[in-house]
Amino acid sequence: MVGLITAIIFIPLLGALAVWIWPQKNARPLALICNVISAACALALWRNFDATASGLQFVERHDWIPAIGAEYLVGVDGLSLLLVLLTSLIVPFAFLAQPMPRGSYATVLVMQSALYGTFTAQNFILWFLFYEMSLIPAFLLIKIWGGENRDRAATKFFLYTFLGSVAMLLSFLGIYLARGTFDFATLAGLGKNGLLTGNLAWLAFAGVFVGLAVKVPLFPFHTWLPDAYQAAPTGVSMVLTGLLSKMGVYGFVRLLLPLFPNQIRVVGPWLLVLAVCSIVFAPLAAWAQRDLKRMVAYLSINHLGYCMLGLFALAASPVVAAGVDAHAALSGVFMQIFNHGITAATLFYFVGLLEQRRGLRGIDDFGGLMQRTPLLCGWMSAAMFSSLGLPGLNGFIGEFLIFKGSFAVAGPFTAIAIIGLLVTAIVFARAMQALFSGPLAQSCSAFPDLLRTERLVIVPVTLLMFAIGIAPQFMFNIFNTTVVHMARLFA
Amino acid sequence: MNSGIITNLWLIPAVPCAASLAILSLSNARRKSAAVLAVIGQVFALGMSIFAFLPTLQTNSFRAVQNFTWFTFGDQALRLGFVLDPLAAAMLVMISLVGLCIFIFSIGYMAGDKNFVRFFAYLSFFSGAMLGLVLANSLLLLFIFWELVGLASYLLIGFWIERPSAAAAAKKAFITTRIGDMGFFLGMLWLYKRSGTLLFYDGGSGCLESAGLATLRASATFIALLIFCGAMGKSGQFPLHVWLPDAMEGPTPVSALIHAATMVAAGVFLVARVYPLFSLGGINGVTSSLTVVVWIGVTTALMAALIAIAQADIKRILAYSTVSQLGLMMVSLGVGGVAAGIMHLLAHGFFKALLFLGSGSVIHGCQGEHDIRKMGGLRRLMPVTFVTYAVGMMALSGVPFFFSGAWTKEEILRATEHWPRSHAPYFLMLAGVVLTALYMTRQIIYVFFGNSRVASERAHESPRVMTMPLIALAVCAIFFSVVLTPAWPWLHAYLRGEPAQFDVARLIQPMVFVSLVLVGAGIGLGIWVYRKAGAQDRQRSAEIDPLEYAQPALFRFLANKMWIDELYGRTVITFSWAAARLSDWMDRYFWDGLVRGFGAVGRVFAMLTTSVDEHGINAGVDETTAGTRGLGRLMSKAHSGQIQTYLAALAVGMLALLLLYAWLG
Repeated sequence: MVGLITAIIFIPLLGALAVWIWPQKNARPLALICNVISAACALALWRNFDATASGLQFVERHDWIPAIGAEYLVGVDGLSLLLVLLTSLIVPFAFLAQPMPRGSYATVLVMQSALYGTFTAQNFILWFLFYEMSLIPAFLLIKIWGGENRDRAATKFFLYTFLGSVAMLLSFLGIYLARGTFDFATLAGLGKNGLLTGNLAWLAFAGVFVGLAVKVPLFPFHTWLPDAYQAAPTGVSMVLTGLLSKMGVYGFVRLLLPLFPNQIRVVGPWLLVLAVCSIVFAPLAAWAQRDLKRMVAYLSINHLGYCMLGLFALAASPVVAAGVDAHAALSGVFMQIFNHGITAATLFYFVGLLEQRRGLRGIDDFGGLMQRTPLLCGWMSAAMFSSLGLPGLNGFIGEFLIFKGSFAVAGPFTAIAIIGLLVTAIVFARAMQALFSGPLAQSCSAFPDLLRTERLVIVPVTLLMFAIGIAPQFMFNIFNTTVVHMARLFA
Repeated sequence: MNSGIITNLWLIPAVPCAASLAILSLSNARRKSAAVLAVIGQVFALGMSIFAFLPTLQTNSFRAVQNFTWFTFGDQALRLGFVLDPLAAAMLVMISLVGLCIFIFSIGYMAGDKNFVRFFAYLSFFSGAMLGLVLANSLLLLFIFWELVGLASYLLIGFWIERPSAAAAAKKAFITTRIGDMGFFLGMLWLYKRSGTLLFYDGGSGCLESAGLATLRASATFIALLIFCGAMGKSGQFPLHVWLPDAMEGPTPVSALIHAATMVAAGVFLVARVYPLFSLGGINGVTSSLTVVVWIGVTTALMAALIAIAQADIKRILAYSTVSQLGLMMVSLGVGGVAAGIMHLLAHGFFKALLFLGSGSVIHGCQGEHDIRKMGGLRRLMPVTFVTYAVGMMALSGVPFFFSGAWTKEEILRATEHWPRSHAPYFLMLAGVVLTALYMTRQIIYVFFGNSRVASERAHESPRVMTMPLIALAVCAIFFSVVLTPAWPWLHAYLRGEPAQFDVARLIQPMVFVSLVLVGAGIGLGIWVYRKAGAQDRQRSAEIDPLEYAQPALFRFLANKMWIDELYGRTVITFSWAAARLSDWMDRYFWDGLVRGFGAVGRVFAMLTTSVDEHGINAGVDETTAGTRGLGRLMSKAHSGQIQTYLAALAVGMLALLLLYAWLG
């Protein structure tokens, strides 16, 4: 199985090339075929993955630029595998959402390749290359194919994430100059005793933190997100929220927490304050939105805030979390990463469907849809209930575990964060009332219900939500060993 | 057979849920299949419940659990389970029996509805979720079913979704109960943290067993109160009761289900289930958490009874009476009468379902009219409905001897009387008994006595599919007394896990006379006040209520539900909405403003550096050669080996590039 990861990374790049060369009308089938292949590879990866072994698997290591310690080093553990699977799921889902111009298929494929790379690279230089490689396609997708206000949104997106990247790169250069390695595992081993000393350590910490916080995004580095998601085409919004935001969370787990445990412990309460702000203020802002897409975007911030809460509570707690709490928080975060990926993407998908039918996507532009399109309403409600954490659907599992883990070590913060759960419910209840209930709006009276093709997309995804919500063991099997390993590392 | 039923307990909630899924997949035209599937599911649940009930009779304090691992996270297992004990078994039988009556009634009541199929899918789901709730042996599993019950009620209250008022009521119910649920959730997290398990009974290590309770100590009070928040939301306790009367927007069978067998029963059941948490460390059964329960219950019971007097909507009166009765049950639990409270819950399930279905029959007969002032004289036109309704009314009022509600209410009063902390709840509950008899008398006079008015002229008796469940429930409401009387307090003993003794002499107790006098006073007062209301002729359909005539201000206060909704609207809702707007504003202008301000500063800086560059370069060409040597010296200094210097240089370079970009872009 050597070379499988490399194949997964480079297949989308080849696909992008193919899409670029072949005629326009073949773009979508080509993009999908390419995704079928990479998804098959990802499934092969999952099948051959030894869930009981800790550490990296399928490692490929080649010298690249020895002078600066750059290696081509890829491998997966449970977390990486989870994200590779998520990527293989979300990108085809996004392709199926709406027909896009050829260029954007190619660009998304480049981004997909970068995402696979980011989630599997185990050397900083390589990782950073992929990390940046995802930024530019995202920028182009918003800038060229975006909707209203796309210039502003794209510029803001680029400035924010680029500034963050610069800060992170500088930090890592500092670490390299001091320690002489870019290898994640080695760095994580050194992290306990402090990679750097004095103010330099704090500078490096701040750099990495800002870089990742922008990507997640964490309050108050989040203001690029509503604009970007709003301006991006539906499929791109799905990839942005489903995958790009996960790069930030992944970075926190893989880099910040193992590398700077001492710094995090000192500023821990402040980080928790930021996470709680994300959780509480974002859904409040979502409540005040009229644009459905912007509303879903804000709720994304809230859901990623739960991930941050779990991670910070674990890493920042003055007492060492007991095994059960650490495992709960980490497992919850991993579940939440996956769940938010599929649920938020599904919500964007539905907003896209509504927008396709109506031409507008304000919350007041619809009304009484239940009478006209009961199937659409029913399946969309499932996604909404999943997002608000209703038991029986996937969202609840992750949120329960995160709250369980973080309450034990950061009780007051977690208690305040519960407000977020409530406000999310209010936002969705309001949206359902506005969209589905009441007399049928004149403008919606000719809507078709879910088409056959749309059903073929939405039903499997929703069934996956139910499967995870009811019998989630198959998901936990992916990362349980990794959780145990990481919990030991952070303790 | 014992172990067989224990390992198959999960089927009791699973079968109605499966029926619900099956019905959802039917097309809208397959009405008969939908109704048949739903009824079969419910009959199955009833049969299984009775099977489950039997082993609990064999020994006192029977308890059997079936625990299993839901999933493992890290190397930790999360376990859930089902439990069968007298509390669960009694609830199972009541829920499935009352549910079945309501299902059958709905076949007639919803016959003309275009979404008939969907309705039965929701009903089955509701019933399944509630059955799962009472069987849960883990607070987490209970919470899961608890939320599903909430979802089902949301779907059913908003069933007539094209009505804006129904959608609003559904949203209100969902959000109000969720406020309480957040407290429940927090309490659950706290309990999990302290005791390390959420299983109630687990061979000695469950959180309700002595070892688990010992780990809680002082936190038990807070945990209990947080969990009680959830119960307040679901069981419509003040101040979270506001959703329950609005839930009348759902079809009447839904109201019956919500008010009798499911949903509101969940809160009372929850408190009874985790009672050891409430009573932990109490002296004479008094703890601070239970005291809170008592006072919340008293407030709710009296407030709702008062409001009920001034309502004109037949279902709204019943809704407030539910709120009031739930308050009474909470008082009972709070003063230590757990068995009495649960007995009242069970009896209430029967007669409240009866009353709601009866009101449904009335509404059906009066072409959808809800206003009792427009009805009248129905006792002749709808005799079956009248008789069964009267049974329900007397059971609710607590007319002694023949009606189940009377015995359970007396049991509660007896428990309240001996509460060591204060006698006030006892006397307030006595006042509540009078009020209950009064508003029920008022309702029955308006609806069934006197002459026909606008809405009841052409009324007709409902079809048999609707009257049969009424008769069945009326029979239950009467004959349920057999196991309730002090002469043979079988249910009381069963719930407490003691053997029941038969002793006719205990039948006559002082409480019976107290009850007789109070109920008589309430009914008499009602007849005296409303004697003319029933006699008025049909031209005066919107006549002034006698109470309104006497006390217009007070009546308005009560008729407007004490303006609690308006108060919430002006305070909590306005405040939250302002917070939402503020969050949005902060995002748009403050945080984003900071970012843009930062960008603007960068741009100015870039212009400055550019001009310096231009001048510097233009002016500096000549000096370049001369400067080279100096630069070399400088460069050698720069190679200082100090990381800080390198980093600073890098940062400046990067920043310059970036600013250049910003300026160009």
